[in-house]
Order: sequence, then structure tokens, then C-alpha cells
Amino acid sequence: MTKKIKLSELGSLLGGEIQALEGVKIEGDVEIDLGQAGLNPQMAYALGHETAQVAIHLMNISRILGYPVDQMLGATAAPKRLTKLIESRFSAGKIEDWKTPIQEVVLGATSSDGGTRKSTVTLGGETALPYYFDGPMPHRNHITMDVFDMPINMAKAVKSNYEDVINSPAEWAKKVVRDFGADMVTIHLISTDPNIKDTSPAQAAKTVEEVLQAVDVPIVIGGSGNPEKDPAVLEKAAEVAEGERCLLASASLNLDYARIAEAAKKYNHVVLSWTQLEINAQKELNRKLMKQCGVARENILMDPTTAALGYGLDYAYTNMERIRLAGLSGDTELNFPMSSGTTNAWGARESWMVSSPLKEDSDWGPREYRGPIWEIVTGLTLSLAGNDLFMMMHPTAVQVLKEITQTLYGGKETEPVNIDNWISAVI
Amino acid sequence: MKLNSPLQVYKYLPQINCAECGEATCMAFASHLIDRSKKLDDCPPLLKDEFKKKYMELQTLLAPEIHEVTIGKGEHARKIGGDDVLYRHQLTFFNPTAFAYDVWDTMAETELVERINKISNFRKFYVGKFLKVDMVAVRCVSGDALKFANTVKKVAETTKLPLVLCSFDPAALKAALEVVKDKNPLIYAATEKNWGEVAELALNYKVPVVLFSPDLDKLKSLALTFREMGIKDLVLDPGSYPQGVQLKGSFERFIKLRRAGIKEGQKDIAFPIMAVPLNAWLVYKDAVTASYWETVLASVFTVRYGDIMILHSLEPYAVLPEVHLRDTIYTDPRTPVKVAPGVNEVGSPAKDSPVIVTTNFALTYYTVESDLSSNKINCYLAAVDTDGIGVEAAVAGGQLTAAKIKDTFQKAGFEFKDKTSHNALILPGLAARLQGDVEDVTGLRVMIGPPDSGRIPGWMEKNWPPKPK
Repeated sequence: MTKKIKLSELGSLLGGEIQALEGVKIEGDVEIDLGQAGLNPQMAYALGHETAQVAIHLMNISRILGYPVDQMLGATAAPKRLTKLIESRFSAGKIEDWKTPIQEVVLGATSSDGGTRKSTVTLGGETALPYYFDGPMPHRNHITMDVFDMPINMAKAVKSNYEDVINSPAEWAKKVVRDFGADMVTIHLISTDPNIKDTSPAQAAKTVEEVLQAVDVPIVIGGSGNPEKDPAVLEKAAEVAEGERCLLASASLNLDYARIAEAAKKYNHVVLSWTQLEINAQKELNRKLMKQCGVARENILMDPTTAALGYGLDYAYTNMERIRLAGLSGDTELNFPMSSGTTNAWGARESWMVSSPLKEDSDWGPREYRGPIWEIVTGLTLSLAGNDLFMMMHPTAVQVLKEITQTLYGGKETEPVNIDNWISAVI
Repeated sequence: MKLNSPLQVYKYLPQINCAECGEATCMAFASHLIDRSKKLDDCPPLLKDEFKKKYMELQTLLAPEIHEVTIGKGEHARKIGGDDVLYRHQLTFFNPTAFAYDVWDTMAETELVERINKISNFRKFYVGKFLKVDMVAVRCVSGDALKFANTVKKVAETTKLPLVLCSFDPAALKAALEVVKDKNPLIYAATEKNWGEVAELALNYKVPVVLFSPDLDKLKSLALTFREMGIKDLVLDPGSYPQGVQLKGSFERFIKLRRAGIKEGQKDIAFPIMAVPLNAWLVYKDAVTASYWETVLASVFTVRYGDIMILHSLEPYAVLPEVHLRDTIYTDPRTPVKVAPGVNEVGSPAKDSPVIVTTNFALTYYTVESDLSSNKINCYLAAVDTDGIGVEAAVAGGQLTAAKIKDTFQKAGFEFKDKTSHNALILPGLAARLQGDVEDVTGLRVMIGPPDSGRIPGWMEKNWPPKPK
């Protein structure tokens, strides 16, 4: 039997004071519906609420009859009114599993270390996910800007920044360091591709020398991505850059990685271990570089592949996050700093196309603003997954990514902002 | 959830393998409850009286660690929260971050209506669906309860999207709630100062409520107090500072709250979290800079645990990356992303244009498609149904076969004799070993493209049009 008793009805039913009820059986579920007023009976009684007396009476009756009123009230959670906040302290613990630091890797060498760079860049050393409070993050993120050894197709928004230097890798390199605040420069030797210009390794090495002379920051030497040609190109480039601790990009499973590893060892450079969105392949290549080729841990950086926002960033993000978590938790085949080809963001049509090819889409707005933010969000997302070094292209994207990563890193002191009245802000 | 293996769940099920849920066995159903692809109510026997106790127990044990809160009513209602993991690869994240764009009560009516329409009409096609935004947040700027209520009324008349009512003045919230009390809006916010009156509103109008305090002790106090009063649908705003060390502090608070809720089982604060990237506009007056920075803040808190956020910029260059990043983070990593199989036109193909084959793995397909379109190669691009697996793995696993390729063209009604002058198709370089099979099955000339679609332009120069045999 389910019987619902409205207090108002009960009030008129019972009238004045009741000593006892005889011959009353309460069976089954009894529900006390306190209705809209919904007061905690004791509280309401104290406040002299009209229906409260009735409620107390009802409870007394029920108690006398052995019905578990108090439990029932607890279960139906009749709303209470509180007049004071319940005091409390909040705390959250640290992650105990993160015991293995990420390997520190130094790029560039100054004269005291056998190179000619003015400064070096240190990556890695983290003991927690990026910007987390669990452990110190000893080094900030760094940005290396792209320079190509020949004019290439670029999105309009990018190209406008480089038109004056597009035919001179040395001038181009100077510009990104001097004007755009690049921490490093990447020289991409794309003209060496047999399908492009088939520039000889010796000729490409000359370009590398020019760039080394033009700037005094550490550099990345990138091949054309042609697996047959790259080992020879990187080998020659490594030779002319001996002792500079350049990053050789890249060793991968689909080319003669041993040859690149050998060049790095012989001429004191760092190897970029590049795999394609596959954590197990990354482990395998790192293992081969260490065990089979004898590359020292401090000379390995990983590029687990960057897919652009909207074009597989979900894979790239999760792949990096898994790699970083595995590294921190003790997988010594994965605890290396990571590098991202953030420039890939410009492959997304949203970053360069004038307007949407689909008439159902809302207006895409001016592409000049779309491109840089596409590069920023792609990079920022990966920075949160643990990426250390960003290869980038657009100056505005570089500035904004630096600003946010350094803010989260803790290196930005600004005037405090009061957000208490954001609701009424006039925007 | 408190149970983490199908066997644990199985103990509570009827164990009769009636298959009414669509699964062959109760054990299979149990594993779907664990991965949340099925609901308790999908099991008819469990709904009978004799299983009521088990049903109730399971409901508690399977409840997500982070409380799920519904905002709005009807088809546009949105759930937020409901997560069980700290990293998406551990399961998936549920209920994508709800994006609420602001309007305010000092706007002229035409301007207001125009802005609301812009919010509700936004759409961006992506992998077979439209990315959209979710809510309208109405800010009380005037300080006038009546004016606020009138604006809320106008907003509710203009859109069916759920509303967030924003004011620290309980009188203004009450006036607005009177107008939209049947629409289950989210009210913002209860603070250390106004909490008593706002709690009263949440109880009386039975609406979800945001608690705001950048001090986590106070935020927890508020949550405990509201829960004690029987208010369960809570959202926590630990303060989104727009810059500097304050922003770093906000970032830490988001992580601490979510870690405490999921990893440490602190039920008292296991609620959805709200971010307010709009605060970028408190420090940047230039609209482009503010929009950029707002997008940056939105990105940080989309990745790290924001379940709902209040945004201002409706510039496409802000909204587009925001909705794409949300999709990135909330896409279920357990299911490969696929495109619809078929034969699609890239550019404006003519009879002498190539016909290129790829898989329906969305990432592969869109990469090939953008490589082709960005190089202005007019062609037909066939997406073969490989269950969303990439070329190399699909060839190895038998999802990409000559028969499947033939089937794709047949189903699309694509006749090579009518559509092309060359009767040839191009296979991906990574599917080269299918060449003979495809020739036999289709009777077409089969060419082998490059292994990477980025090299199609160079390949075309050398190999297209096909030389007569």
C-alpha cells in the first residue's frame, strides 16, 4: 500500500494536539510530501512554520509505531535550509606513478663545447605532464622556425612574411631569429629530393654551412623526406656541421636509420626519431637507435608525427600523451623529449582556403586570421600532451604559442586581473 | 564508475541470456555497460520488480565519477559532465564541452536577435556531420532585474538553445527564472556572498546551478552546503583568469578538481567544471587579439577538463578552431573515424580526369582529398569501405580487396565507360599488390600511384595521362 499524505490534509484531519493514535497501521511505503514549501521539519518548527507542528506530530506518531521515519527522511532527502556554509578544506594528491624523468637533451654547442653557437637549447627533464604541479618542469618549450633551401608553395598568409628572403636560406634564417624571435632555425633541404631538384648532398651541405654562419642559435637539419636520398644528404650535412649538436631530421623505420645514427655519433649531433602515429613503432625505433646503433640517450629526440587540427590531431594528441605518460611511469624507451611539425597545420584547408567549399557551412571569415590560429591551436594542444619543441612557420602563431606556453610554464608575471565582475563587463 | 570488469557487473544481471538487449549473453551486455555503449534500461528483465534492488545497486555502481548535469529541455537539452577517466585513451570522454556564447541585457533588440541567430545557426560540416555550438549565456550588465528578465524572455522566444542566466544578484536571477522556469536553464552563480538566496532559487525552480569561487576550499564548502540542502545538479567555476600566474593557477585548479573527482573519488566536488574564456576580453580590447586569446584559453580548457564554457567571440577564426578542437578531444578513440563510402568529385572532373582509390578511414581520406584539392587536381576519389582502416593495414587485413573496390564503383553507379575516356583507375602505392586482382575483377587498366598522396602531383606529371599500351 502506498499512501501519500499531504500535511495540509493531515493538519485538518488531526486538529489540535494528539496524544496517540489507536488502531492505525502504517504499511508499505509511506511518503511524506512536504510539497513546495519543503522544509526540514525541525528547522521549520524552530522557525514556527505553520505546517511544522503537524510534521513533528506525524514523525512522533510514526516513531511510536516503530516506523523508521528518520531513515526515510534521509533517503528522500527533504531539502534543508542552512544558514551557514559548511566549513571545508580541499586537497588533491600528487601522482605517485610519475617517478621517471624525461631525458634532458641539449641542442647546439657553444665554443666551450666544440661548437660555434652563442646559446644552446635544453629540452626535457620533466617529471610530470606539462605545466602540472606534481613536479618541476625545468625547461620551457622552444620554437624552431622553418627555412627552406628553395622557394616553395606556401599559404598566402605565411608567404607574405618571407617574400623578401625566399631565395636566400641564410637571409631567411636571420629574419626568423632577428624579427620573429625563433629559438632555433630548421633548414629543410627539400631541393635534394630526386623528384624536385635532386640537389647533391655536397651542394645541400653548403646551404647548411651558410645557415650556420648566418645565425648563432642551434639548428635543425631536415632532409627532403625521400627515404633513399635522405641518409646521404644528412650524412654530408652532419659532416660540415661537425660539433654543432644539430638535430638531424629524421631517422625513421622506412629508411637507413643506422646511417643517420652513425653520422650523429661521428659528428656530435642529435637524432630525431620519427614515427607515424604509432607508439609501438616509436618504441621500436628508439630501441634500435639505442641498442643497435649505440646512440646515447642524451642524443635522441622523438617526432611521433603531428596531424593538423581536424585532420587527425586526435590521434597525434593521444599518441603523444600516451608516450609521455608511459615515459613518466618508467618506460625508458619512451622517456625522450618530443618535437612537433606544427607547420603541418597549414595543410588543413581551414587554414588557407579563401572560403568553405561547402555552401551549408557558416561563413569561414577571412583566411588571414584563420591560418595562424590553426597553427596555434594545433601546437598548443600538443604542448598539453607533452611536446617540447615546435617546428613552426607563421610569426604570429609563434608569438601567441610562446605567450601561452610560457604562461602555463610559469614564466609570465602580469598585473593581477579581477574577474569577480566579469558578468557585467562591457565588451 | 565503481565497477570495472564485466564479471563484476554480470553478478547483478538476470543471467538468463534472453538476448532482449540485442546482445547474445548477459556477459556481453555487461561489457557494454562497462564501456557505456549500452544503458541499464536496455535490459527489460532488469526493469521488473524482482530485480529492482539489483537495478538500483547497479545504477549507483555504474554512475560516472563526475556527476552528469542536464541543461535545457527537449531536443536541444545538453548534458555535461559524466566523465570516468582523466585521459581520453583510457575509455573516451563523454558529453563534449558545451559552448555557451554570450548576449547581454543592454543590447538593442535587433542586435540581440541577430547575435542569437548567429549563435544558433552556426554550422561547420565535418566527417559526415555538422559541428555546432550549444547554448546562449545571458549576462545581466544593466543591474536591473526587470531589464534582465525582459532580455531573457526575448532570448527564449528567439532560440530553443538552452540558456545560462548570469548574474550575481539573486533578484535578477529570480526575475529571469520566472520567465523561463519551464526551460531548465543553468543559473550562474552562487558565491560566498549570495549563496543562501541562490540556493533557494535552485530549490524552488529545480534548476542546475553554478558555484563560483577561485578558492577551492570555499568552492568545496559551497558544494558541500548545496548538496546538504539536496541540490545535486551543480557546476563548479574555479575561476578562469585570463593571463599570467593567475592563469597558471586556474589551470592547476581544473586539474586538481578533476583528479580529486575521478582518481580520488571525492564525491563532494565530482561535478562538471565551467571555464570562462570570455575573460580574455577583460584584458585585451583589440577584437582580434582578444578573440585569439579567448580561443587559446578555450583550447587549454577543452583539453583539460572544462565541461562547459562561456565565450564571446563569434568570429569564424575563433569558433572554427574551438569546435574542431572539441571534436578532436571528444571523438571516441575506440571507434575508427570513417567517411561514407562512395565515389566523390574533387574539383570539377572531366572525362580525362584520373580516378583515384583510397579507403574510408577519415584521416586517410581527408589527407588524400586535401592533397588533391590543394594541388587543384580535378579527379574522382573513391572511398572504399574498409571499416575505417588505413590503406596498408586494410590490404594486410583483407578489408581492401579487388571485390570491395569493384563494389564501391558499382554501388555509386559509376560507369567508367560513361565517365572516363581512359578506363583506368589509380591504386594507392601501398596497395600495389592488388594490381593484378583489380585488373582481373574490374577489367580496367590499373595504375599504381605513389605511397604518399603528397606525391600525387609529381606522379601526375610523369604518369598522366596514361600512355597508350
